[in-house]
Amino acid sequence: MRKSLLVAGVALALMAGPASAQNKTIKIGFVSTFSGPTAVIGNDMRNAFELALDHMGRKMGGIPVEVIYEDDGQKPEVGKQKTQKLIESDKVDFISGYIWSNVVLASVKPIVDSKTFLIVANAGASELAGKQCSPYVFSTSWTNDQNPRAVAEYMNKKGIKTVYMIGPNYAAGKENLGGMAAAFRGKVVGEDYTTWPSQLDFSAELAKAKAANPGAIYTFYPGAAGVQFLNQYEQAGLKGKIPLYTTFTIDSLSLPRQKDAAVGVIGALQWGADLKNDANKKFVSDFEAKFKTEPSFYAAQSYDAANLIASAVAAVKGNLKDKAAVQKALEKANFKSVRGAFKFDTDHYPIQNFYMQEVVKNGDKYTLKTIATAIENSRNVHVGDCPMK
Amino acid sequence: MSGWLTPRNIVVVILIAGLTLLPAYVVLTGDRFALTLFTRIVILSLAAVSLNLILGYGGMMSFGHAAYLGIGGYAVGILAAEGVYSGFVQWPLALVASALFALVVGALSLRTRGVYFIMITLAFAQMAYYVFSGLARYGGDDGQTIDKRSQFAGLLNLENKVVFYYVCLVLLFACIYLVWRLVNSRFGLVIQGARSNEARMRAIGFPTYRYKLVCFVIAGTMGGLAGALVANNTDFVSPAMMFWTRSGDLIVMVVLGGMGTLFGPVFGAIFLLVLEEVLSGFTEYWQIILGPLLVLVVLFARGGIDGLLRSLSREKSHG
Amino acid sequence: MTSLFFEQCLNGLQFGLLLFLLAAGLTLVFGIMDLVNLAHGSLYMVGAYFAATFAAWTNSFVLGAVMALIATLVVGMVVEVVVMRRMYGRDHLDHVLATFGLILFFDELVRLIWGPGGLSLPLPSWLNRPVQILPGFQYSGYRLSIIVVSLAVAVFLYVLVMRTRIGMLIRAGAANREMVGALGVNIKLLFTLVFGLGAALAGLAGLMQAPILTVQIGMGENILILAFVITVIGGIGSIRGAFIAAIMVGFIDTLGRAYFPEILRSFLSKDVAATAAPALSSMLIYLLMAIVLIARPEGLFPAVRK
Repeated sequence: MRKSLLVAGVALALMAGPASAQNKTIKIGFVSTFSGPTAVIGNDMRNAFELALDHMGRKMGGIPVEVIYEDDGQKPEVGKQKTQKLIESDKVDFISGYIWSNVVLASVKPIVDSKTFLIVANAGASELAGKQCSPYVFSTSWTNDQNPRAVAEYMNKKGIKTVYMIGPNYAAGKENLGGMAAAFRGKVVGEDYTTWPSQLDFSAELAKAKAANPGAIYTFYPGAAGVQFLNQYEQAGLKGKIPLYTTFTIDSLSLPRQKDAAVGVIGALQWGADLKNDANKKFVSDFEAKFKTEPSFYAAQSYDAANLIASAVAAVKGNLKDKAAVQKALEKANFKSVRGAFKFDTDHYPIQNFYMQEVVKNGDKYTLKTIATAIENSRNVHVGDCPMK
Repeated sequence: MSGWLTPRNIVVVILIAGLTLLPAYVVLTGDRFALTLFTRIVILSLAAVSLNLILGYGGMMSFGHAAYLGIGGYAVGILAAEGVYSGFVQWPLALVASALFALVVGALSLRTRGVYFIMITLAFAQMAYYVFSGLARYGGDDGQTIDKRSQFAGLLNLENKVVFYYVCLVLLFACIYLVWRLVNSRFGLVIQGARSNEARMRAIGFPTYRYKLVCFVIAGTMGGLAGALVANNTDFVSPAMMFWTRSGDLIVMVVLGGMGTLFGPVFGAIFLLVLEEVLSGFTEYWQIILGPLLVLVVLFARGGIDGLLRSLSREKSHG
Repeated sequence: MTSLFFEQCLNGLQFGLLLFLLAAGLTLVFGIMDLVNLAHGSLYMVGAYFAATFAAWTNSFVLGAVMALIATLVVGMVVEVVVMRRMYGRDHLDHVLATFGLILFFDELVRLIWGPGGLSLPLPSWLNRPVQILPGFQYSGYRLSIIVVSLAVAVFLYVLVMRTRIGMLIRAGAANREMVGALGVNIKLLFTLVFGLGAALAGLAGLMQAPILTVQIGMGENILILAFVITVIGGIGSIRGAFIAAIMVGFIDTLGRAYFPEILRSFLSKDVAATAAPALSSMLIYLLMAIVLIARPEGLFPAVRK
């Protein structure tokens, strides 16, 4: 008994041991959706994050990295529980991931309260760029209204006069359609919101859009819902009659199931697999070699998130206790992004280019082809609401 | 004296002592997640205890109990969104709102029997679910974050996890005590009598409808209390709290633990949530074990965990 | 404008008929065996998964659908023999609990077999195009075929229940179980067949819905509750009641989604209306049920019981 106490005491002393500022391992929590119909997105993000770690020898600044993946099941309350577990039980240094705006909005409080750094790899909730911006919150994506604004500019140039909008009724859906409505110079003749994520039958909404006979239909349906929307758009006899513009509805994950229904449809993104920079070429070719499929923008943003974290860890030489130094290092965005060089705005959201992409068919392969630069160095419109200057 | 010292009662004592001493373990080991997990367990135990009052003792098969949790939670969430953080306002409102809802649902549902009762309570819960889904101001489908927990004029700091845990635990014990007093009163005997033979109770001259309604409202109010605790625990409310599968989870807890027993719902909540935590770490497909387990409990172990412990006692006293 | 209204009515009819398939199986099992089967939605899901798998194997939508139908029938009968048979005559609470367990089991089993991502069931091109049903009025060919198939099934069920010996036994069983047993009818076999039939109907609904929605885990959970609502509104055990209630629910849901946003927008802000409209149309269905039950505690067409 006494002996074991002694052993325990020694062990404790060793653990407390020579106080080192450097972490022994870098712990990263990654919250995404790994079950349900949108699990393909989560898996794509995980693949890209793992690929980034492989590329850096699974070390950041010479320190081994451990990543803990948690499934949010696409539910805000589950995402929040998992986030809490990562902070309290696993005591992670960084948290990344988050596909869904409603999930990240529910989860952000414990992250910021515990002064853990959050690198959002997709969800574009505008509050986080504006009023709720934080020294601890960074994003490698965009705000929800940014991409639709780019599409709206393109539609303006095309001379489209009227648009009918259909989108999911959750945080991101409202912001996305709101962005379209704000930047489109013609008239919005109709606007429908559907129950998210359960409603996948869009018959009532498509019938209304058809009757309104607009110059274009605009929609935003990520994941499986996007596949269903395009199918039903075709089934309702709208294809070839009313052109469709989208954001985040067609990507390399959904294209194999959308196929011909997607050909010719136009959207806007800050990244494309065909962008010609060295980091992107390496990322795309290695991703395709390892996972036998083209990476999606979700993957590109996750790959960037891993590299952003690595750049900061290296800059502070693994001393993650100095939060101010880590924040400064992250703000520099000192890494080779696959979208090409970008800077962080004062609200920690990227200032970046947006490109128009069209779905093309090459043989029996469907891909997104970059056809134009929509906006250069786009800043999100919420940065003014952010107290950080 | 050996009559008191049954295996079941020993387990109950260990349970109470364990729950009371849990924060000490957490402080010693630094395992803060255990506290998070058990706070959830204690709150859901409270919800299960309230459901057990109508389901186990009263024989009222409500399939919409999650609605009361949701209403209690939203009372806290909505007031917080409007800048009212005082627990002295939030909590009474949570209780009153859930009591009123239970009164309306009970008054209408208790006219029906059997499956129709199950379905109409479910229908009302789904209506509540959609009402809150439709409130854009309070987050709609997404739900809303609560930025500050209920304030009790500096008397209690609910942001402190240990304090909050003890608040939940004291309320759980208080509710169990209340249920114990209730079921052993004349009121409780009428309720239980109505479960086994309502016609006879009515023939004796008891207005069973009124008795059952009061019982229904008490259970709904306790559910609302649990909801206020859930909202404070997760700092978040969403309509998903009220979805019908959540009501199903509560029924599972009550039946697994042992219907119509004082501590059964607590056993059930601990068993289910710890099982979820342990099995989900062990295999991703843990529900493939839980599902058939439920079927087996229904077929072979009607008394649930409490019943198993009781039968242990009986075997001992025989031997 | 009238053509839009007509199209929305067709959409409502299609959804209502699909719900009828689901509710018909439920109400049969409910009425005859007095069994509350929450796992009915799981059979709907299983039917969709089978169809997606078999259609991919055989490269034929129709062949895949037929195979899926048979497979779901078999799964249903196995479930009846292994679990449900032991549940007859027990408390409804036991039914709810055990079949809730079955939901968890089926969800996880499907996840184990097919993975978490879900499947899609692509339509053959001859079904995937709009058809002209009136001059200048096009409608989705696939939705039209759902309407036709469902109506055919409804007629088949009507003939089966009202005009055949099995149907007579089913009706007799719903009214008085012991009596049918006393007549020397093999009640066990009858129950297995009825349960299998209900499962096949659920599977049919699932596989027909699959190309419109995605095939995913938990797809039965939302729609199951609607099917229960229909069963209860129509009166437990009544096919006719289920039919009428299903059409009502289908219309309320679709027309609500189509017209509530505009109605609400006339006196609410755009944002508030957008969130409130879908919630309100869903709520109306439950409101209808509550009103029906308060006015007629046994539904619109209560089965005659002794």
